[in-house]
Amino acid sequence: MEHFPILSIITFLPLLGVVFVLMIKGENANRNARNAALWVTVFTFFASLILWFSFDKTTADFQFVEEAAWLGDNINYHMGIDGISILFVMLTTFIMPIVILTGWDVIKDRVKEYLIAFLILETLMIGVFCSLDLVLFYLFFEGGLIPMFLIIGVWGGKNRVYASYKLFLYTLLGSVLMLLAMLYMYFQVGTTDIPTLMQYDFDVNAQTWLFLAFFASFAVKTPMWPVHTWLPDAHVQAPTAGSVILAGILLKMGGYGFLRFSLPMFPVASVELSWLIYTLSVIAIIYTSLVALMQRDMKKLIAYSSVAHMGFVTLGIFAFNSQGIEGAIMVMLAHGLVASALFLCVGVIYDRLHTREIERYGGLANIMPKYALTFMFFVMASVGLPGTGNFVGEILVLIGLFKVSIWTTFFAATGMVLGAAYMLWLYRKVVFGELVREDLKAMLDMNRREILIFAPLIFFTLWMGIHPSTFMDFMHVSVENLITNHQAALAAVAETIAH
Amino acid sequence: MYQIIVFGPLLAALIAGLFGRQLGDKGAQTVTCGALILSAVLSWIVFFQIAFGHTVDHVTIMTWVNSGDLTFNWGFQIDTLTAVMLVVVNTISCLVHIYSIGYMAHDPDKPRFMAYLSFFTFAMLMLVTADNFIQMFFGWEGVGLASYLLIGFWYKKPSACAAAIKAFLVNRVGDFGFALGIFAIFMVTGSVDFDVVFAAIPGLQGQTIHFLWMDLDLITTICILLFIGAMGKSAQLGLHTWLPDAMEGPTPVSALIHAATMVTAGVFMVARCSPIFEYSPDALAFVAFIGASTAIFAATIGTTQNDIRRVIAYSTCSQLGYMFFALGVSAYGAAIFHLFTHAFFKALLFLGSGSVIHAMSDEQDMRKMGGLRKKIPATFILMLIGTLALTGFPFLAGFYSKDMIIESAFASDSSMAGYAFAMGIFAALLTSFYSWRLIFMTFFGESRAKKSVQNHVHESGKWMIMPLYVLAAGAIATGFIFKDYFVGHHYEDFWGSALFLKDVSQNVMEAAHHVPGWVVAAPFVVMVTGFLIAVYAYILRPDIPARFAGTFTHLYALFYNKWYVDEIYDFLFVNPAKKLGTFLWKKGDENIIDRYGPDGAAMAVMVLARKFKALQSGYVYHYAFAMLMGVAAFVTWFVGGAS
Repeated sequence: MEHFPILSIITFLPLLGVVFVLMIKGENANRNARNAALWVTVFTFFASLILWFSFDKTTADFQFVEEAAWLGDNINYHMGIDGISILFVMLTTFIMPIVILTGWDVIKDRVKEYLIAFLILETLMIGVFCSLDLVLFYLFFEGGLIPMFLIIGVWGGKNRVYASYKLFLYTLLGSVLMLLAMLYMYFQVGTTDIPTLMQYDFDVNAQTWLFLAFFASFAVKTPMWPVHTWLPDAHVQAPTAGSVILAGILLKMGGYGFLRFSLPMFPVASVELSWLIYTLSVIAIIYTSLVALMQRDMKKLIAYSSVAHMGFVTLGIFAFNSQGIEGAIMVMLAHGLVASALFLCVGVIYDRLHTREIERYGGLANIMPKYALTFMFFVMASVGLPGTGNFVGEILVLIGLFKVSIWTTFFAATGMVLGAAYMLWLYRKVVFGELVREDLKAMLDMNRREILIFAPLIFFTLWMGIHPSTFMDFMHVSVENLITNHQAALAAVAETIAH
Repeated sequence: MYQIIVFGPLLAALIAGLFGRQLGDKGAQTVTCGALILSAVLSWIVFFQIAFGHTVDHVTIMTWVNSGDLTFNWGFQIDTLTAVMLVVVNTISCLVHIYSIGYMAHDPDKPRFMAYLSFFTFAMLMLVTADNFIQMFFGWEGVGLASYLLIGFWYKKPSACAAAIKAFLVNRVGDFGFALGIFAIFMVTGSVDFDVVFAAIPGLQGQTIHFLWMDLDLITTICILLFIGAMGKSAQLGLHTWLPDAMEGPTPVSALIHAATMVTAGVFMVARCSPIFEYSPDALAFVAFIGASTAIFAATIGTTQNDIRRVIAYSTCSQLGYMFFALGVSAYGAAIFHLFTHAFFKALLFLGSGSVIHAMSDEQDMRKMGGLRKKIPATFILMLIGTLALTGFPFLAGFYSKDMIIESAFASDSSMAGYAFAMGIFAALLTSFYSWRLIFMTFFGESRAKKSVQNHVHESGKWMIMPLYVLAAGAIATGFIFKDYFVGHHYEDFWGSALFLKDVSQNVMEAAHHVPGWVVAAPFVVMVTGFLIAVYAYILRPDIPARFAGTFTHLYALFYNKWYVDEIYDFLFVNPAKKLGTFLWKKGDENIIDRYGPDGAAMAVMVLARKFKALQSGYVYHYAFAMLMGVAAFVTWFVGGAS
């Protein structure tokens, strides 16, 4: 290793934080542990800014690469980021301090364990986006679920066992198939090195099977219809901070997986099976929007809306052009902020009244003007109002998709109308109306901690919407490279068939 | 200067909205009104510079999005069309801001209201100054948001909330079409900048696009999609249902957004896209058809409504129909001219009705009014001027613009010209009738109000009346002053490249000056007829309307219930969507996916678990174990394979 191992440091900093937190004892253990965790995540964020400012936007090569012998001769500890993964690393390190602040006063039991679970999760999530080796990726990718289970299972709601069980079953199905595919790839190519595998031309028939195996795992994570039903339950049962991390980062791993593995490694299968993705995504958008319209539980409604938004992501990726893919990445980033913020909005009132039932609220605008404004902002961001990052992402996805399939675009765009319907309905029920119930009248507007949480989310949602180039400049070269390689691979196969 | 005009209101909105409590009501009002007065004054300067200086200005602020071959910027394109809109938007908005100081005097949320109004103005300005379709869409959705917030301003009223959501959703249906139109434009021209797109359109004639199992004419498809957006924003037949409900918002909002500016955005958009529409006679015919149909349809409803503001709302809907059929017969100048004059007299009527409502202790039902002309004479005179201008009384604003539209329709050779002309004449009759009906029911006869209300009737204060005088001056004079520029012999000088005609020698507004005498006389004749019918029915024989309603029960019910469009939509779209949502959730997610997916597996595991009694609740550890086993197996394979 010839240079400073910055990626490993960022990845494992939170793990170091775990050690700190473990060592904290005494009277103010909980408070000190919270502070320690917060400082660790903030420090990790600042460390990741080094990546942000020293990243070379003119090359599609992996940067900050670290490679070391690990398991035998062919499986290495190989880390590196390109213009796509850096954005997700930044998203993760940015969201984490917010996540720690979220549970600040709310979590009272087993505070240290709670913080440790989140810190471990951060390490694993950053690891996912930095891994350049299949085995390493798999460890991070699947390992992330263990802390997530604990978060739902220990600090979750009444039905937490059922929720974590569902999550377990779905994910297991996906990961077993992905593992089998990885085994096959290893025996075929003789290495688990991701950049090498990207260059390898898999047999066309094998591609289909490998694609489907990876698809099983990524589709569950994304989640795509019909393997989405774990998400509403997981969100409902998870504590607010768990929902934030789930919506903000974990859901993005599916889309990232498609970009990192499916498209570059199985280009032919990606194109041949794009009809499947289109169909499932369009169903997801319309189906989950309609279902969201009828929900009685706030978190469930937002969870279903996430499935619909992720439909745009998969559509954009499988449009195979720069608008589609860049739009998909923008949707993921913007959704990471906005869906997180929406769950936080639910959390704010849940912390006060301890119910998520929409009917129990109403008229909050009368006593919580700051909250009403914040919630309105994110509702509008969620329905893709221009000026927010969501708009930039969705419009690019649809523009890219229109070139490929007008029909698909037509149906996907109906999400514009349906999405507005359920979000405005939710907002009206909770915030508008007369303030009737006695227990609502005692509710306090957002406190300073809560404003501190929302301010950066609002700021960056607007930044992404008004001047997205700050973020998109990072991805241009990598996305172009991805598309060029993809087309070259397709052309090569076409030539082989022609001969 | 453009930056001050556009971003001044935004800044004012942010200051009033975020720091309203610290600034106090006075502070918030001063900041927003100040910004708007500045914008209005600068807009008139820009108007004279651009429209009479024959220039077009382009300003690029910064890159917005750049992805692959797609780039669009934040920027302004200021030509005569934009300059006209700047004047309309900022003048009316400025007056409405000032009026609101008086009208909202008793409302506790004044800073919020002023902030919304200023934010609306900003969004509308972004819409009209855009130099590309996406920025136009930004403004387009922004005004939708502002409209939603202002309709729902009194958020405690369930009806206001429902109306706000309805307005947003119906507009979204239109935006759906607009967005698809933009996508299609980008696909075929590779750009979303107006200049590039308009230059590329002539080369696309005759091309087709495969959609809906058919090969459709490309340009026509694009135009229809864009027009669907215009229909939503401008409340044209089919997507009009939100506009009457929007009257739930405070009256100044109706005057600014739902009469003078936002609802005319559709007209502006089609005029802006005249270089596209001109290449599709079919699309133009469709625009003319929808416009003419809306003009007559809304007018029929207007004759039966009893809520003073709803009458004016349907009137707006109907007048927008006029503008659209003017566009449909390529009389773009006439459409924008009517937009311009209409802004003054319709804002005057709305704000005047606000003054009436204010005087009547918030009563809006005309059946409970009457005899007000002596008690609030200033409002009465002002409303009278507005009505005369609307009905097209000679030498007032509406006379020039509406007659020009009707004459253009007659002179045009469009396939819909005859229909548009006939509907235009008939709607003019109804316009005159319902406008005078409003005046007679409100200001004439005996008062039908409760004693307590009657005693309280008073003229509005100076903040409310002063803006009305300015608008009245506009309603009287704008037609006469500007007719030669908008539609007369200075047409080409004035508009420059802002409005496009495929064949300049076929200018219908030129031909409209040479139509037969009876065509010129017809609008005047029907106006007088409408007036006489109203006099007969509401002054001389007040029993007539009830007898008419009794005789033609079905026709009356049809008009009174707005042709049952809301009910039809509920039946066709709203209820099925709800049912389908419940069905998919309960049957789809829970009965099928979960039952045969995780729950089925859970059952199987439970059965197994009971048999083995070994599994506790440690799913997590099992999972971790499974994963580690996997990795272990993998590594074993690897080590085995390597050695």
